[in-house]
Amino acid sequence: MNNYLWLIPILPLAGFLINGLGRNVLPKNLIGTIASLVILAAFGLSVSAFLQVKAHGPINVTFFNWIQAGTFVVPFGFLVDQLSAIMLLIITGIGFLIHLYSIGYMHHDAGFGKFFAYLNLFVFFMLLLVLGSNYVVMFIGWEGVGLCSYLLIGFWFTNGAYADAAKKAFVMNRIGDLGFLIAIFLLVRYFGSASFADIFPKAYLITGPHATTILTLITMLLFVGATGKSAQIPLFTWLPDAMAGPTPVSALIHAATMVTAGIYMIARSNVLFSMAPITMNVVAIIGLATAIFAALIALTQTDIKKVLAYSTVSQLGYMFLGLGVGAYTGAFFHVITHAFFKALLFLGAGSVIHAVSGEQDMRNMGGLRGKLPITFFTMLMGTIAIAGIPPFSGFFSKDEILAHAYEHSPVFYVIGVIGAMLTSFYMFRMLFLTFSGKFRGTHEQEHHLHESPANMTIPLIVLAILSVVGGFIGVPEVLGGHHLLGEFLKPVFAESAKHAEAATLPPATEWGLMAISVGAAVLALVIAYVKYVSKKELPVADTEDRPALTALSYHKFYIDELYDTIIRKPLDALSVFFYKVVDKLGIDGLVNGLGSGSVEASKGLRLLQAGNVGFYLFMMVIGIIAVLLYSLNIKF
Amino acid sequence: MTVSILIFLPLIAALAVALIKNQATKHVALLFAIAELVVAALMITRFIPDASMQYVTDLPWMPKMGVYFTVGLDGINIIPVLLNVLLIPVIILASYNHDYKNANAFYALILFMQAGMMTVFTALDGFLFYVGWEAALIPIYFICALWGGENRIRITMKFFIYTFAGSLFMLLAIIYLHLQTPNRTYSISDFYDLHLTLKQQGLVFWAFFLAFAIKMPIFPFHTWQPDTYTEAPSAGTMLLSGIMLKMGVYGAIRWMIPVAPQGFDHWQYIVIALAVAGIVYASLIAFNQKDGKRLVAYSSIAHVGLIGAGVIAWTVTGVQGAMIQMLNHGINVVGLFFIWDIISRRLKTRDLDELGGIAKAAPQFAIAFLIVLLGSVALPLTNGFIGEFLLLKSLYEYNIWLSAVGGLTIIFGAVYMLRMYKKVMQGETSAISALFTDLNGNEKLVLGIICVLIIVLGIYPNVVMHLSDAAVSKLVNSVNDKISQVQSGVNIIAPQR
Repeated sequence: MNNYLWLIPILPLAGFLINGLGRNVLPKNLIGTIASLVILAAFGLSVSAFLQVKAHGPINVTFFNWIQAGTFVVPFGFLVDQLSAIMLLIITGIGFLIHLYSIGYMHHDAGFGKFFAYLNLFVFFMLLLVLGSNYVVMFIGWEGVGLCSYLLIGFWFTNGAYADAAKKAFVMNRIGDLGFLIAIFLLVRYFGSASFADIFPKAYLITGPHATTILTLITMLLFVGATGKSAQIPLFTWLPDAMAGPTPVSALIHAATMVTAGIYMIARSNVLFSMAPITMNVVAIIGLATAIFAALIALTQTDIKKVLAYSTVSQLGYMFLGLGVGAYTGAFFHVITHAFFKALLFLGAGSVIHAVSGEQDMRNMGGLRGKLPITFFTMLMGTIAIAGIPPFSGFFSKDEILAHAYEHSPVFYVIGVIGAMLTSFYMFRMLFLTFSGKFRGTHEQEHHLHESPANMTIPLIVLAILSVVGGFIGVPEVLGGHHLLGEFLKPVFAESAKHAEAATLPPATEWGLMAISVGAAVLALVIAYVKYVSKKELPVADTEDRPALTALSYHKFYIDELYDTIIRKPLDALSVFFYKVVDKLGIDGLVNGLGSGSVEASKGLRLLQAGNVGFYLFMMVIGIIAVLLYSLNIKF
Repeated sequence: MTVSILIFLPLIAALAVALIKNQATKHVALLFAIAELVVAALMITRFIPDASMQYVTDLPWMPKMGVYFTVGLDGINIIPVLLNVLLIPVIILASYNHDYKNANAFYALILFMQAGMMTVFTALDGFLFYVGWEAALIPIYFICALWGGENRIRITMKFFIYTFAGSLFMLLAIIYLHLQTPNRTYSISDFYDLHLTLKQQGLVFWAFFLAFAIKMPIFPFHTWQPDTYTEAPSAGTMLLSGIMLKMGVYGAIRWMIPVAPQGFDHWQYIVIALAVAGIVYASLIAFNQKDGKRLVAYSSIAHVGLIGAGVIAWTVTGVQGAMIQMLNHGINVVGLFFIWDIISRRLKTRDLDELGGIAKAAPQFAIAFLIVLLGSVALPLTNGFIGEFLLLKSLYEYNIWLSAVGGLTIIFGAVYMLRMYKKVMQGETSAISALFTDLNGNEKLVLGIICVLIIVLGIYPNVVMHLSDAAVSKLVNSVNDKISQVQSGVNIIAPQR
C-alpha cells in the first residue's frame, strides 16, 4: 500500500519537466491542463494517504541512502503522519484550485508555460518539505520552495524592482536557513541522526547539566529558520515585497503554503520545543509582536496586495503565538483556515486586479460590487472569516489560539485581541475601499470592468465555502462541539502534551473571552464602515502630508531603511575596504614589496639571471625531459 | 591496466597535437581527451571501492637516488582523477569558439598539463609528485602568458613566481623527509611511517602548507589569483580554477596532514581560522566587483576556503565533503567561467554595469546560467549542496562558532551570485545586451553537460562518494589515531637515526 507515496511529489515534478521543456511548443490549454491535472492526481493520492493514516496510523518509507560519509548516513525517506497528511491535502487541494485559477489569470501572459512549470516545481518542493522523514529531506524542500519563490517573485524580471524583490526574498530566507542548517548539525551531533523517528523518542532521554541549554539552542536555531520562511520579526520584510509576483503566486506560496512551513516545522518538532520553555516564550513573544506590528502597517496601506501581505505576516504571527503558548493544534488549525480564507482573498484581489487592468491601488478602485458580484461576495466571506466573526472559520482557530494565550498570560490575550481588532478594521477597510462607493479609476478602466471567467470564479466559490464552514472541524467543547482536528492530531502532539500543564479554562471564562474578541472585531467593522462607507473617506495621495503616526505606518516604520543603514551599507563599506585597502594595498602591496625587494637584493647576482621567466621555464622543461629520457633509458 | 596510462596518454597526445598545424588540431585534441576519459572510466567502473591501492605501477626510476615511478589509484585520488579526465574534454570543447593563434601549441599545452596534473594526483613517490607539480605549472604559464589579456605578462609572471616560491618550500620538505627515511626513498608509505618530533613535523607541515595554500589559494596567499583568473584566456582560467587548484586540496589530504599529523594537530587552529576568514573576506569582496570574471574569481576563493576548512577540520565527513566538493566546484566554476566567456565573446565586456536584461534575449542561456548559479549557491538537489553540507557539518564538529562564520557563505554566496545574475540577466535590456544572441550548438553542448552533471550529482551524490568512502575513513582515522596516541602518551617520539 505504501508504494504510491513517491508518486505524490513525482507527479508535479513530471508536470514541471513536461511544461518546462514544452513551454514554447505545447498549446496553452494543454499546458494549463497538464499542470492542473498532475496536482489533481496528487490530491487524489493525498486523500488516499490521508485515509490510510486515519485508519492505520503513520506511514514511514525509506527509498535510498542519499548521503553517506563514513558513519553519517542520511536516508531519503518519507513520513506521512496526521500532520503531514493534512499538509498534503492543503498543498495539493488548494494548489489545484490555484492552478485552475491561473489558467484564466495568466492567459495573456507570454510566459504562460514557464509560469506553470515553476508552479508545478513549487508544489514538488513543498510536498518534499512536508513528506521528508528527516530534517535534511525537509531542508531540501525548504530551500527548494525558496528557489521557486525567487523564480516566481521575479517572474516579470525585466522589471528591475521585481528582480530585486526576488533576490531579497531569497537572501532573507537564506539567513534563516543557516540557522536551520546549524540546528541540523546539532541534532545529528546529539541524537546521532537527522530522522524524526530517531530524534523525538530520544528527546526526553537527554539528561545532564547541558540538556536544557542544548535543546534551547537547537530550538532557537530552528526558530531562526522559521522566522525566515514564515516572515516573522526580524526577517519579515521580504514578504510584502514578494507581492511583485503574479497574484496566484501570492495566494499559493505567500499565503497558503510556503510561508506556513515554519509553523509546520515547529509543530513537527513539538517534542523538542516543549522541552525548551525559553524558546517557547521567545516564539510566543516574536509571534505576538509580529502580529501587532504587521497589523499596524496594514492599517494604512493603499495597495490591495500589500494589505493582504501584511495581513499574512500578522496572521502568521498569531500562529507562532499559538505555538509559543503550546497550542500546537490551535496554531495548526489556523494554518488550515488561513490557507482557505487568505488564498481566497488573494485570488479575489487577483480577480479585482484583472478586472481593473492591472491596477493595485485601492484609491483608484471603488464601486466594484456591481461589476464583480461573485468576487465581491466571496471576498466578503473571506473578510468575515479572517476578522474572526462566528461561525466563520477564522473565528474558531483564532479563538483557540487566544484562549491558550490567556491561559499563558492575560497580557498576551489582550494584545492578541487588539491585533484581532486591527485585523477586522484593515480587512473591512480594504473591502469597502475596493467594492463600495463609486469607481475612482480612469474611464478606460471603467469600460473594461468585468467579472472574471468561470475558471477563476469557481476556485473563489470553493474557497469561500471552505472559509465559511472550515471552522467546524475544530469547534470547542464549550460550544457543544467536537474538536475533530484536535482528536485527529492527538498522536502528533501526545508526547509534548504529557509534559505541558493541562489547564482548562472554566466555561464562563471561555465564553467571556469569546465575547470580548468577537465584540472587538464587530466594533472594528463598524468603525471601518462609518469611516469608509458612511463618510466615504479615502487614503490621501502620496504627495500630501500625513499625520506623523499614519505616516509611520504608511512607510512601514522605515524598517527597510533601517536594515539598509545598519546592515547593507556597513557590509558594502566593508566590502570596498577589504578590496581596495586590505587586498590591494595591504596584502598585495606586501607581496609585491617582497618581490621587488628581492629583485633589488639580487642585483649583484645579475650576471646569473636573465630576468626572463620563459628562460627558466625552458630550462626546467629541458631538465624534466632529460630526467624522463634518463628514466626511459633505464627501464622501458 | 595501470593508472600510468592516464599519464602517458595525454603526454603522447600533446606531442601528436603539437605536430598538427591545421583545422583538425582541436578535434584531435578532443579525441585524445575523450580517449583518456574512456580509459579512466573503464578503470573507475572496475575499481573496488575499498581502501586498497589499485592499478599500481611501481618501477625504479632513479633507484640510486631513491626515486621510483610509483603511481596508483585509490579512494583518495579517484575523485581528483575523475575530475581531471572529465573536465579536460569539456574545457577543450569550450575553447572551440575561439580561434586561437598557434592552436596546436595551445591544445598541446592543455594536454601536457593534464599529464602533469595526473602525475600529481596519482604519484605515490614524493619526487614524482614534485615533478608533476612543476610540470603542470609550465603549460599553464605559457597558456596565460601567450594567449591572455592585456596585462598578461606582468600578471602571469607574478603568478608564476608566487606559486613557484610556494612549491620550493614543498621541495625542501620532500627532500627533508627523504633524508629521514631509513632507506632514503621518496615513497609515501615510508613518509607515513616516519617518527618525527613535533618541531620537525611543524616545519614540514608549514612547508607543505605554503605550497598548497598558495595553489588553492587560501587567504592571505590569494592575491595572485583574481588577477590571473581575470587575465588568463578562458581555457586557462578553467584549467586553473577547475582542476589545478585541487592539487592543493588533494596535496593536503594525501601528503601534508598524514605526513605530519602532530604538526598539523598543533597548528590546526591557525590554518582553519585562515581558511574560514577567507570565506567571509572573499565573499564580501565579491559583493562589489564590477568585472564578472573577477567576481567569480573571488567567489572561488570563498568556496575553496570552505573546502580547505573542511579538510583541516579533518573528520571523515569533512574530507568526504572535500572530495565531492572538489568535483562539484570544478564543474561549477568551469560553468561560470564559460558563461563569462560566452558573454565577453559576444559583447566584448564583462562590466556588470553595462550589461542587463540578457535573459529576455536569450532564454536558453538564462536557464543554463541559472542552473550553474544554483549549483554554486549550493541549492539542495544541485551538486553544491551535498559538499557544502558535509563541509559545514565537519566544521561544526570542530567548532560551532567557526561553522556559523563559515556558514555565512550560504548567505553571502546568494547575495553576490544573485546580484550578478540580476545585473547581467534581469531588468531592462541594456544597449549592449541587446546584441546578445542565444547559445550556439557547441555552447549548448558544453553547458548541457555541465548542467546535467550539476543535477545528477545533486540528486544522487553517492554515485561518486561511495568510491572514496572507505579510503577516506581509513586515512582520517589512522591519522587521528596517530595524533591521539601521542596526546595520550602511548607513543614516545622515536629515536633519531
